[in-house]
Amino acid sequence: MTNLSIDALAPNRQEPSPGEPENWWRFFTFSTDHKVIGIQYIVTAFVFFLIGGFLAMVIRGELITPEADLVDRTVYNALFTMHGTIMLFMWTFPVLNGLANYLVPLQIGARDMAFPRLNAVAFWMVPLFGVILMASFLVPGGPSQSGWWAYPPVSLQNPTGNLINGQFLWILAVALSGISSILGAVNIVTTIIRMRAPGMTFFKMPVFCWTVAAAQTIQLFGLPALTAGAVMLLFDLTVGTSFFNPETGGDPVLYQHFFWFYSHPAVYVIILPVFGVFSELFPVYARKPLFGYHFVAISSFVITGLSAIVWVHHMFASGTPGWMRMLFMASTMLISVPTGVKIFAWVATIWGGKIKLTTPMLFALGGLVNFLFAGITGIMLASVPFDIHVNNTYFVVGHFHYVIYGAAVMGIYAAIYHWFPKMTGRMYYEGLGKLHFVLTFIGVNLNFLPMHPAGLMGMPRRVASYDPEFAFWNVLASLGGFLLGVSTLPFLLNMISAWVQGDKAPANPWRAIGLEWLVASPPPHENFDEIPTIIAEPYGYGKNEPLTAQQAALQQLASTEVA
Amino acid sequence: MNFRLILKLAAVAGIFTPISLWVGQLSYSWMPEPASAEALLVDNLFSFLTTLGTFIFLGVTGTLLYSVLFQRAGKYDESDGPPIEGNLTLEIVWTAIPLLLVVWIAGYSYKIYDEMGILGPMEHMHRGEAIAAPLVTQASPETEPIEVHARQWVWEFYYPEAGVTSTELHLPNNTRAKLALTSEDVLHGFYVPAFRVKQDVIPGSKIDFEFTPIREGTYRLRDSQYSGTYFAAMQANVVVESPEAYQRWLKEAAANPPQPGLNPSYDEYQVKVENRENRPGWKTVLPAPAPLVNYVGS
Repeated sequence: MTNLSIDALAPNRQEPSPGEPENWWRFFTFSTDHKVIGIQYIVTAFVFFLIGGFLAMVIRGELITPEADLVDRTVYNALFTMHGTIMLFMWTFPVLNGLANYLVPLQIGARDMAFPRLNAVAFWMVPLFGVILMASFLVPGGPSQSGWWAYPPVSLQNPTGNLINGQFLWILAVALSGISSILGAVNIVTTIIRMRAPGMTFFKMPVFCWTVAAAQTIQLFGLPALTAGAVMLLFDLTVGTSFFNPETGGDPVLYQHFFWFYSHPAVYVIILPVFGVFSELFPVYARKPLFGYHFVAISSFVITGLSAIVWVHHMFASGTPGWMRMLFMASTMLISVPTGVKIFAWVATIWGGKIKLTTPMLFALGGLVNFLFAGITGIMLASVPFDIHVNNTYFVVGHFHYVIYGAAVMGIYAAIYHWFPKMTGRMYYEGLGKLHFVLTFIGVNLNFLPMHPAGLMGMPRRVASYDPEFAFWNVLASLGGFLLGVSTLPFLLNMISAWVQGDKAPANPWRAIGLEWLVASPPPHENFDEIPTIIAEPYGYGKNEPLTAQQAALQQLASTEVA
Repeated sequence: MNFRLILKLAAVAGIFTPISLWVGQLSYSWMPEPASAEALLVDNLFSFLTTLGTFIFLGVTGTLLYSVLFQRAGKYDESDGPPIEGNLTLEIVWTAIPLLLVVWIAGYSYKIYDEMGILGPMEHMHRGEAIAAPLVTQASPETEPIEVHARQWVWEFYYPEAGVTSTELHLPNNTRAKLALTSEDVLHGFYVPAFRVKQDVIPGSKIDFEFTPIREGTYRLRDSQYSGTYFAAMQANVVVESPEAYQRWLKEAAANPPQPGLNPSYDEYQVKVENRENRPGWKTVLPAPAPLVNYVGS
């Protein structure tokens, strides 16, 4: 691997990047710096997280009573459709792309992504399709009301009869999101394959990079299916083709295959990088090497492979024959094997360590416990006879919110706290961080645990009204939902005030091992003055051996730049 | 291997096992009262999964909790833990155990599915290969299935042999119920939680569906596949009664003149239009008017 051509571009003087607060305007430019783009992704996504969270709180407000009394049924249906769409396409995917953008080049010893301009284009599509999606609140007929699955024929019904309707804008936004994600995936995968520093073999690469590579590989094979499905749906909706419309001979079940062929693996696009975050954080805060690094790294790609052959488990109650149900039950359950390998490895990493319960460690531990619970209910859901009972009930809603909020969002928070000093050069406030953790952990469990009994009792998902027998669990869930809303306040306060006036962060405040901790906080413009040569595996805690050949010089440089 | 370690692990397992079994028994009470032969099977499966899941959850969180409570670094302790990088035997064991568990769970689930003998939506194309033997007395094979018509947002049931239409589903107890599910507009889902059975209703195809009610009573049928504006209101009563009472009901219903059936979504829509409700909303697909039926129900 050669870096000669890139070396030639290295500037003489290293400016800290993204720079001090007075440089805030850089975040509104078409910057090609991967660190600026990473932060752009994270902040933009968080704004949409707040919007999606607000919609969720209105939903929980409606569901706190059995009757459909807070908003009109059409409004309710639009709310849960937009909530799901925003949270997936505008929050989790972009925020994880942001983390990958920021961390991957630093962790593999590269000066930037492989295609910096493409990177900026992929990011700037996010606000573009975000605006298109939000604009659907303003068109006659309102936003899409067909759920984030947009199953035809409901998604083709178009009661206003207009060409430009909420469903049209929804499909457009999702297709653009798909294109943006494909651009991002090409970039990230290329960067990881081609831009690693000398000595950084795949088995010296941090697990976060492994999981990001595994996740982005899914984007490469899965997204074309979803995008094709979306385009066909768009044609059915606008020009009257009949791919999926049964009235004209189409097959609505075909759409479900297109949709889930991507949208189930998409869950792994979300959870894999979070597994990577867990694998990075537990060694740091338990002061031990990651247990079974090779198994943990490889299991990521086993998950990628299996994720491609499980999609029909979303359709066990749909138009699927018995043999298909049995086949996909087996493949789905198999995913628990590589996932179990990771969970056991983390537990063994923590076991016997010297544990420090900092905010990122608390979020990672909470995320792990929530993920374990979600994994167990996930195996239950894979079992066809049980799934037939709880399919499309609140049991499923509870399950996937444990995955997405309980594990993924908490893992993302853990990552933001952990790398906040690196990104901003400032320390966050530990007390506010712990308050944030307590509110989030209680909120998640209060919001999503009661959904399981409601689902077992037979409460369908997506209902604006329900029978009074489900009221008790819904009141609890709603209180949890409002608590989660409140929990974002200490986070926002913490992030903003720490960025503006927090203590200056040293290059390596956590005494963590990794290339990103060998450069200053925030890192200089092109990360590395001289590309380091990697001579050790990534998690040498307790071994007291240098990670790179130029360790002493790099640390010297980083410490002078802080002063 | 360390004898004391094995003893300790056995002691922990000795505490977790009874707890898991107890939670597994408790899980029966989280479900609605089982009212079909299938429900009994599903509840057994769920109890098994809950027992296993509880044990795994306790094992992992118990270990984590012990670490977090007793293996904390002191405030000024900057030292590292032991540099243990792995243990191949352990890693192979914890890959193999989940694999065995998966085979066990999948095998058990397959067995239950087989016993339930749910007629999947494709089975009607090759009749005679129904996957499993029926559980209770079978209705005579010539029995024509009860037609279930789903439309936005009302259920209508048609008994072809008696010529009865109804907006309430009546079924004879302890008899294999045969239904033919059709939809006239969008996807719907036939779901009776008390029976633990569910099947999407797909426009453009007729889906045969079977199960066996075993307990008299009134249950709720809910639409389980999102179908648009009044999705939540698309419910109907299911009455399971003795075969004699069922026959009597069929006879009485056949004598009734047709009248508009139950249709909560249409009623709600009418109220909304007449009252010019002030809550803002968007244009909706219009609810289908109430079907004319011999029996309205409640």
